Amino acid sequence: MSEELIARVTGVIAKTQKIPPESVTIDKTFEELKIDSLDGINILFALEGEFDVDIPDEAARAIRTVREMTEGIEKLLAAKAEAQSQA
Amino acid sequence: MNNRVVVTGIGTVSAFGNTFCDFWTGLAEGRSAIRAMKLVPPGSVRFPNGGEVPDFHASSYFDEKEAMMLDRFAQFASVAAREAVQSSGIEFIPELGERTAIILGSSGGGKTTEDEGFHSLYALSQPRVSPLTIARAMSNAGASRISFEYGITGPVYTISTACSSANHAIGQAFRMVRSGEVEVAITGGSEAPFTLGFLKAWEAMRVVSPDTCRPFSRDRRGLILGEGAGILILEPMDRALARGASILGEVAGFGMSSDAFHITQPSPVGAARAMRAALADASIHAEAVGYVNAHGTGTTANDSTETEAIRSVFGEHTEKLLVSSTKSMHGHALGAAGALEAAATIGALRAGIIPPTANFNEPDPACDLDVVPNLPRAAEVQWALSNSFAFGGLNAVLVFRKWLEP
Repeated sequence: MSEELIARVTGVIAKTQKIPPESVTIDKTFEELKIDSLDGINILFALEGEFDVDIPDEAARAIRTVREMTEGIEKLLAAKAEAQSQA
Repeated sequence: MNNRVVVTGIGTVSAFGNTFCDFWTGLAEGRSAIRAMKLVPPGSVRFPNGGEVPDFHASSYFDEKEAMMLDRFAQFASVAAREAVQSSGIEFIPELGERTAIILGSSGGGKTTEDEGFHSLYALSQPRVSPLTIARAMSNAGASRISFEYGITGPVYTISTACSSANHAIGQAFRMVRSGEVEVAITGGSEAPFTLGFLKAWEAMRVVSPDTCRPFSRDRRGLILGEGAGILILEPMDRALARGASILGEVAGFGMSSDAFHITQPSPVGAARAMRAALADASIHAEAVGYVNAHGTGTTANDSTETEAIRSVFGEHTEKLLVSSTKSMHGHALGAAGALEAAATIGALRAGIIPPTANFNEPDPACDLDVVPNLPRAAEVQWALSNSFAFGGLNAVLVFRKWLEP
């Protein structure tokens, strides 16, 4: 994961949760950040906008940490890049 | 002294069709009416299926001018009310109209009308919207329409508490008839949520199933939206007996509570308090209850929370309790849900047939109830509960009693 990707994901989470950016680090769990189920879908919505990707419900359901979220976005971006290169 | 309150008329519009007979026959056979949505373009939302009312033609029920004045949700309310009033045999002369209440539930009101207005404004760049927009979209449009049709000049209003709207409405109507404040009540709820703007909002919540509604099943993936209306006619037992009415069932109690906890997450504590309040209002012990028509939305959170609440109220008696979610067949009709489920519960008590939880695949240890999976079951039950729990933490539970000829 690139530092830039981590910074963008943590930035979106901080902005959506209205918490200081420095409080969102890669090893934090959603529980530690007091992100409940409704906050979670709000973050997914913001990330979809930030990265122009569709995050499937099934994949999103299992995510519990900032790291898992960032890894998920990385995979979706890779899939998107591959789809674009084939197009 | 309190009146006993009986149901002498039922009307429904649902995914099964435009009559109570269509509705009950489908439920009693355990058929799911969830199908591919036709009211929005295919592929426009992530979930393809819903419990839309099929083949509803306003022109079959209203002249062109009337139809133009009414949003789909108000048309449903009117059509269901006509069936309910007709089956009750009541003639609303002016003196009775003054002593009659109409209390309906609706969560969203005229969503189709709102969406059409916004579409013309934002997408078509029209500078103006229809002057009928407000009158069609207001949540009380259904209740008001029924008042015009029958000359009901008593208390008429609409309750909007999301998915508990209809149970709150029926509960309120029940108490007004029980206390003698009104002589007759027309009550229930209506909803028409299949409009792109509103479905997009549900999509964003990520609570709608990509296939179908599987309440209490381990592989459940969310709710399926439904629509329609359910209307009940309530009156005092003595009045119904005196006029020789056909009595379909009895409303025996109503309980409500608020979780004061979370805007979307359910709480077993609040749900259990509403069930206990309903039992106390009906003056019965938990052991008397044989059937619970569950809120049973098919979301991960609701079904396990509702199971916990049911276990806390019924204790050991839970093992003998039949619990089913008819939302598995008609979908979650939001502000009409409690009304359709009241009709389902009365149907079950009358027929001695418990409608199943359809689409059930595998038991979930977190939902360890007898959920009457997939097949209807013959059972003589005297008392039943019907649960509704809303976003916002608002819980409303009705108690129904099988009507036995005295």
